[in-house]
Amino acid sequence: MAVWYSLLLVLGMSLFVYLGAGLLGLQAIFGIVVPYAAILVFLIGFSMRILGWARSPVPFRIPTTAGQQKSLGWIKPSKVDSPYTTWGVVGRMAMEVLLFRSLFRNTKAELTEGKLAYGSSKWLWLFGILFHYTFLTIVIRHLRFFTEPVPFFVQALDRVDGMLQIGSPVIYQTDVILVAALLFLLIRRLVNPQMRYLSLPADYFPLFLILGIALTGIMMRYFAVFKVDLLSVKVLAMGLATFNPTIPEGIGVMFYIHLFLFSALLAYFPFSKLMHLGGVFLSPTRNLPNDSRMARHVNPWNAPVKVHTYEHYEDDFREKMIEADLPVEKQA
Amino acid sequence: MSQAPKPEELLRVSHIPPKKDWMDPRVDLVPGTWGYPGKASSLETLGLPNPREWNPTDEDWKLPPNWKEIIHEGLKERLEKYRSLKIFLDICVRCGACADKCHFFIGSGDPKNMPVLRAELLRSIYRQDFTMAGKILGTFAGGRELTEDVIKEWFYYFHQCTECRRCSLYCPYGIDTAEVTIIVRELLNLIGVNIDWILGAAANCYRTGNHLGLEPHTFKGNIEYLVDDIEEYVGVRLNPTFNRKGAEVLFIAPSGDVFADPGIFTYMGYLMLFEHIGLDYTISTYASEGGNFGLFTSQETMKRLNSKMYAEAKRLGVKWILGGECGHMWRVLHQYMDTMNGPADFLEVPKSPITGTVFDNAKSTKMVHIVEFMADLIHHGKLKLNPSRNDYLRTTWHDSCNVSRGMGMFEEPRYVLKSVCNNFFEMPENTIREQTFCCGGGTGLNAGEFEYLRMMGGMPRAFAVKHVQEKHGVNRLVNVCALDRAILPPLMDYWAPEVSVSGLTELVANALVMEGEHDRLTDLRGEDIPGMEGDE
Repeated sequence: MAVWYSLLLVLGMSLFVYLGAGLLGLQAIFGIVVPYAAILVFLIGFSMRILGWARSPVPFRIPTTAGQQKSLGWIKPSKVDSPYTTWGVVGRMAMEVLLFRSLFRNTKAELTEGKLAYGSSKWLWLFGILFHYTFLTIVIRHLRFFTEPVPFFVQALDRVDGMLQIGSPVIYQTDVILVAALLFLLIRRLVNPQMRYLSLPADYFPLFLILGIALTGIMMRYFAVFKVDLLSVKVLAMGLATFNPTIPEGIGVMFYIHLFLFSALLAYFPFSKLMHLGGVFLSPTRNLPNDSRMARHVNPWNAPVKVHTYEHYEDDFREKMIEADLPVEKQA
Repeated sequence: MSQAPKPEELLRVSHIPPKKDWMDPRVDLVPGTWGYPGKASSLETLGLPNPREWNPTDEDWKLPPNWKEIIHEGLKERLEKYRSLKIFLDICVRCGACADKCHFFIGSGDPKNMPVLRAELLRSIYRQDFTMAGKILGTFAGGRELTEDVIKEWFYYFHQCTECRRCSLYCPYGIDTAEVTIIVRELLNLIGVNIDWILGAAANCYRTGNHLGLEPHTFKGNIEYLVDDIEEYVGVRLNPTFNRKGAEVLFIAPSGDVFADPGIFTYMGYLMLFEHIGLDYTISTYASEGGNFGLFTSQETMKRLNSKMYAEAKRLGVKWILGGECGHMWRVLHQYMDTMNGPADFLEVPKSPITGTVFDNAKSTKMVHIVEFMADLIHHGKLKLNPSRNDYLRTTWHDSCNVSRGMGMFEEPRYVLKSVCNNFFEMPENTIREQTFCCGGGTGLNAGEFEYLRMMGGMPRAFAVKHVQEKHGVNRLVNVCALDRAILPPLMDYWAPEVSVSGLTELVANALVMEGEHDRLTDLRGEDIPGMEGDE
């Protein structure tokens, strides 16, 4: 059910735009109001979430140690997997954020014929990282619509992405890989019984949404029927970027669907699991050094507690202690 | 083995999820997989809420009338206190990388033992009550209503997690189910839902200083029995001191080591080691517990129980504290103690009086792990060792969860073990070091009534042992944790018979050549050492 709801939601949104921007001619709503509103929701929502997290303190230093601690001088510590310096933590975080280090560890446990085996299982890591990097590349590539002149790195990225020189217009490798990765992530959720069991609409919805964004983009670029006037798109994009919005004539409805789905993604982002983008940087099991015996970590709400003091203890057991020749503070 | 079926039956575990949607909170209390409730007297000792007689199999758990409000406010307070909780509830993408990393899921096949779903049991309530999407969209946004059935489900599944943190190692965002379990158990304790094995131990610890409830004279007496055993097997009479002011070092071990086989052999090892090097140390009957079942109750209880260590060190005027072999004790000491009970500015930076080594890694906490201490002694050649006395043992090393993923102590114990024993074999790499598997009974799940659960949860660890048993003839599983020493022997009997279990210091002491010793014909267990008859 979760999967159908999510798919229908994305299709319904597309139909909504088709009706609104295509048939009713409300381009100004879908080309100006919606994107601005979405960006506003994204920026405010994202900041609020980060601030909300930051408001809660980190009472304890709880890194998950994945390597040798720093102890005796002659034992080689693991500087990144069990970091004890700021640079070590920076290294660990960089490995997490840029290379998905923890996911790379993934194994698959299999119980067959009374044996438990752990196979290496890098597919999730591979398609996960492909998805993230191709999506990033595509977002950066889109800067060519929002800048004039187009910065050199955007142009360079564009050329590299079309390096294989297949087709006309040239096929971007990232388009193909992004869709393949999204399909892998989707199919994995559907085919693996455990994944299917635990998946929520909130897991399928972003996949369909991004798939919708990618497919509308691809259709506009590669299929004549859906082609849109790129110059007009650039005029619209520059208008948005310079806070001087205009709606040029003749942009096909496919563009508005593309733009709306992306706006929906932006607006949905702060309220969803997609916030892992910000949260990963704040995860206390990863961004703290393993140095809690070397340097005192202060807990801002460290409240006093009621304890059973030694004096009390001795009062409870004094007779028995004296009888057992244990030293006491006060004689009976 | 009354509750657990035969191993062959247990092996037929299915990992295919049931038809029933996971959002349905109703649970079947399978015998052997849940704990008896905390006794009213224990709760009263600790001053915890809602002491009463109740039973998990009853329909009515006698919760306070405003239990829902208590849980809601309790969760709200903890969201404000712990960034970890907020982040972990907010950013999980349910990628499932953690699913088959949990020993309880591997062993039981129950989908709610997948770490991701275990956390969802709380996350769904959080969504419904604390997030905008959940408030508006309810179930569609993954929200669930908080009902008594949810409390029962929490009781069941958050006592099927040993806070071993294996899932957090593989999570791309480091989401730590231990953190979630710790907080849910805290919430449950607010309405008096808890288990006796934990609460009884915590109450004992509060009253007598140790989990076992050994009063000062009994605690001392138990150690004196061990002194007698050492005299018999080694031929040396030791005179440990208790509550002695002015000693250089205060030694604190888990109390399991003074009480039960095979932990007692480890304690004998501690005593022999200290005698061998002439350490100026004392043992406290007040701070007579290193472990901390408060960690499994609430942050506050953990702090209350742990406070005695620094208090006693201050009263006795020692320079620093040496801690025995234990797992969760070291999670507390390494990651929590200085923060909650410190600063220990009345102590000195630990310095080994034998080697002069300054333990800079403990310069703030002022507490050193005995394995770090021993590794340093051996490295400096300060121990007279005869490792051949351990030749009858073919050992493997079990990395205990807490000192692995909550401390990072991997090389020290291996160095010590290899120095005192000639036969050492590693288990497969996906089951050791940071990837180590739990014994299946940490966090207070070693009560008799949890036996079936432990045989399931301990399966991955046991299979790795069995692997080296078949491949290398391993017959001794060595570890550095008191709970392991209690939990692993029956687990081995069940899955890998003929493998015995011991602490590391026991093997060190087996190999120690003590001044004035007689012919060492037996080990510390009083069992003949094969090949030593008539030797030396």
